[in-house]
Amino acid sequence: MQENTQGKEGSFMVDILKLINVEVERNGKRILKGISLSIKKGMIHALLGPNGSGKSTLAFAIMGVYKLSKGNVYFEGKDISRKPIYERARLGISMAWQSPATFEGLTVKEYLSIGGNANVEEALRMVNLDPARYLDRVMDSSLSGGERKRIELASVVAMKPKLAILDEPDSGIDFVTLDELMRVISDLKKEGITVLLITHREEVARIADRASLICDGYLVKSGNTWEVTKFFRKMCGRCKYGRYSEVKGIEPS
Amino acid sequence: MSLVDIYRSLGVTLDKGIAYLVVDGNEILKANEVRGISMEKEETREGIDLRLVIKEGIKLKEPIHLCFGVSKERAVQKIHAEIIAERDSHACLLAHCIFPKAKEVHHVMDGNLLIEKGAELSYEEIHWHGEEGGADVFPRLRTRNLGDFRSTFSLLRGRVGRLGIDYLVEAGERSVTEIITKVYGKGNDEIRIKEGVSLNGAYARSVIKSRIAVRDRAFSDVVSITEGNAPYVRGHVDGTEIVQGEAIAKATPIVKVNHEKAKVTHEAAIGSVDRKQLETLMAKGLEEKEAIDVIIKGMLR
Ligand SMILES: Nc1ncnc2c1ncn2[C@@H]1O[C@H](COP(=O)(O)OP(=O)(O)O)[C@@H](O)[C@H]1O
Ligand SMILES: [Mg+2]
Repeated sequence: MQENTQGKEGSFMVDILKLINVEVERNGKRILKGISLSIKKGMIHALLGPNGSGKSTLAFAIMGVYKLSKGNVYFEGKDISRKPIYERARLGISMAWQSPATFEGLTVKEYLSIGGNANVEEALRMVNLDPARYLDRVMDSSLSGGERKRIELASVVAMKPKLAILDEPDSGIDFVTLDELMRVISDLKKEGITVLLITHREEVARIADRASLICDGYLVKSGNTWEVTKFFRKMCGRCKYGRYSEVKGIEPS
Repeated sequence: MSLVDIYRSLGVTLDKGIAYLVVDGNEILKANEVRGISMEKEETREGIDLRLVIKEGIKLKEPIHLCFGVSKERAVQKIHAEIIAERDSHACLLAHCIFPKAKEVHHVMDGNLLIEKGAELSYEEIHWHGEEGGADVFPRLRTRNLGDFRSTFSLLRGRVGRLGIDYLVEAGERSVTEIITKVYGKGNDEIRIKEGVSLNGAYARSVIKSRIAVRDRAFSDVVSITEGNAPYVRGHVDGTEIVQGEAIAKATPIVKVNHEKAKVTHEAAIGSVDRKQLETLMAKGLEEKEAIDVIIKGMLR
């Protein structure tokens, strides 16, 4: 089942995560359609796709928030398809939500400490938040959307997971620069953490080692970042609605 | 262990420089006054009568502890209290209502409060009813507020039993009123809360905030009333109730405006634990039960 990869080193690398024929339904509607995908350990893997293509749904399927209607998810070779969310978290999967929840009465420090994390201050500094100013803030709507996104990112950093799923970490942070985000992600990589970087922006996907493109719930292309982003650009130029039927006709040049 | 020891073990300081009153049933165990207050107290057949005055301009740094406890399994305790915060005084009252062994304890608090102009009174009532669910508790307060009045009622530890809160505040010109209530009902606890503020003086402001969690077969009914009867008054009602298991929760915000320049708003959320919050915490490795606990504890904080 090992995917034959473009990178020379690719075939020697271990898959940390493997999806086989994954399908997810929401309210009777098929959202993810037969997705098979491998993510190599230690890599930054971009999941690129237009809005509404199923990226968040895929993140939820990996995390266990959504149940699969078909297919399997393997993490470090183990089938985790039926495992509850918290067991996946304990195995080392952590996710930064695209739009993080708010919590009344819970402080940033408490939120980041869940699961016994000790390096809370360090995690805040990593996302450029001053611990002295933020540790005792309450995780409610008194925080701006951008602050919540940073804290969400910090919460993943603090977990020191094996696989970090970052769902559009660049959206909603008005003042974040791409450099800043890249620094956080490359710091994660340096610590040996595999990153699944979800985005709908080509320039963000470009920082990844490998990339996959999802469209209308189908996995359209997977492979080296340059080829995938190029295909994405072409696709966006060609098909108005990002429907798979339109995409199928596009040949990679 | 006597109630005095229980209070001490709970961190209530009963020292010389601090005003306090410790009551077990209808028996006054210990009392202390400090300069600037007067405390008249008397044992009655079924409880005590108390008249507490914080004198004009007196600003107390330490809280006044009112320890109304019942150490027995069965008892009736009726507290009659008149509390006056005179002009420009500042005080914090901490009422500790502890019924650790309650099987059939009936506690009634009948309080009349007056907060004069420029005075600030915070009244914090903390209950602990033990694990038997055998307490019937009826706090009733009538408050005339011309200053700044903040009340907090919390019943979070152990069982509730039966609770019937009945608070009414008449708010005068430029007064500030805040009523916060936090209760966690379990087993077959019954919670009935009626809290009202009449904003009768111009520029008066108020917030009624309730945070209730019920689980098992507990029942709660919260009625929050705010009336805007004068120009430029601002009132807000803010209620959240989290329901689990077979528990039942009712919430009724009643807002009335009788003056064209008055404004009263309300928000209410009632339902089970928020899915997204739950999933977020579970994605940090908490099991469902632990996650619910974190969410409810946060809300009730
Ligand atoms: N509960 C739901 N019921 C029906 N459709 C849904 C539901 N949730 C999401 N969808 C649909 O699934 C598709 C994928 O959504 P999502 O995964 O959020 O996309 P992305 O993250 O790529 O923007 C969208 O077309 C959306 O409308
Ligand atoms: Mg999304």
